[in-house]
Amino acid sequence: MEETNKINETTKKEEQTSTQKIGIYLWIWLLLFVLSFFSYMVDWYQFQGMLRWSLILFFMFLKAGLIMAFFMHLFWERYALVNVLLWPMTAIACFIFLMTAEFKYTLFSRFFYFVVGGA
Amino acid sequence: MSDQKIDGFELKPGFKGMASDTGSDQTMFKGVHWGKAMMWIFLLSDTFVFSCFLISYMKGRGSTIVDWPNTSEVFSLYVGGVPVPLLLIAIMTFVLITSSGTMALAVKYGYEKNRKMCGWLILATAVGGLTFVGMQVFEWSKLIHEGVRPWGNPFGASQFGSFFFMITGFHGFHVSIGVIFLFIYTYKVFAGHYESKKRGWFTKMKGDYVEIEILGLYWHFVDLVWVFIFAFFYLW
Repeated sequence: MEETNKINETTKKEEQTSTQKIGIYLWIWLLLFVLSFFSYMVDWYQFQGMLRWSLILFFMFLKAGLIMAFFMHLFWERYALVNVLLWPMTAIACFIFLMTAEFKYTLFSRFFYFVVGGA
Repeated sequence: MSDQKIDGFELKPGFKGMASDTGSDQTMFKGVHWGKAMMWIFLLSDTFVFSCFLISYMKGRGSTIVDWPNTSEVFSLYVGGVPVPLLLIAIMTFVLITSSGTMALAVKYGYEKNRKMCGWLILATAVGGLTFVGMQVFEWSKLIHEGVRPWGNPFGASQFGSFFFMITGFHGFHVSIGVIFLFIYTYKVFAGHYESKKRGWFTKMKGDYVEIEILGLYWHFVDLVWVFIFAFFYLW
């Protein structure tokens, strides 16, 4: 009985180890290098303004997405885990929105009182 | 990815599976190794910590009336008398991505029970992480020599130093902890703890290659945070 259990255990273990093909990791790895190179080029060519910021954000989110989806296996994980991890990010987005309003107000007050000299 | 199958509980794909998993009897994430679930929860909380740092940096940088230091110049290195912008940071980024790639392969080979390959790849990851920390030490000492302090610096807005030391310091601390664990797990893999099912510390859990995936999750997270720091602190 014990023996058969052991065998079942090992076959179970064998079934579990369904890993991805190595090619997908190497492709993601290469893509990450290329994207990092591109984001470095944004600084190298001294792009300014909206073009700079949108390119930085674009490469950043693409890199972050690739790392999370493939290196951290979220692409293959169950939806319960993915949703538990990604929905809290909306709270961060909300916080960013709030603090944007806050820094604009602080900047305004500093200009008004320190530069203009108040009313 | 390699979750244990539980008899009588077949997870459907998509939102149906999510509903049956979250609403299932006794526990959520059925079949997911507890260490893996807890590592994800920890990483989620760590995400909030780093988000708070980066958001406070956004708030600080956005509300100062003094010009922010030009990071392109502050972090440039002189190669043959010519300043190369962000050279060290670019190399650090490539080193960290390299180590992230070797870690991903280590997880794969671990699950395939390829002990030697897994061990060497974790060792390579550890060396990459150590290189990263070393370069960060160099970067810090260079900036401190140039007079950057948490309360002021010669390049511009005085908040720059405090945000720099806080954010990169906390990230570097994560990398350092990761490097220590990578070395420990290099030993554990080479010593065959996952073949002999040797128990870990503080736990009754038998050694299994899922631990390498958990370690990998942490290491990829460190790389993930660097992606955001690189974009917001150095490039913006």
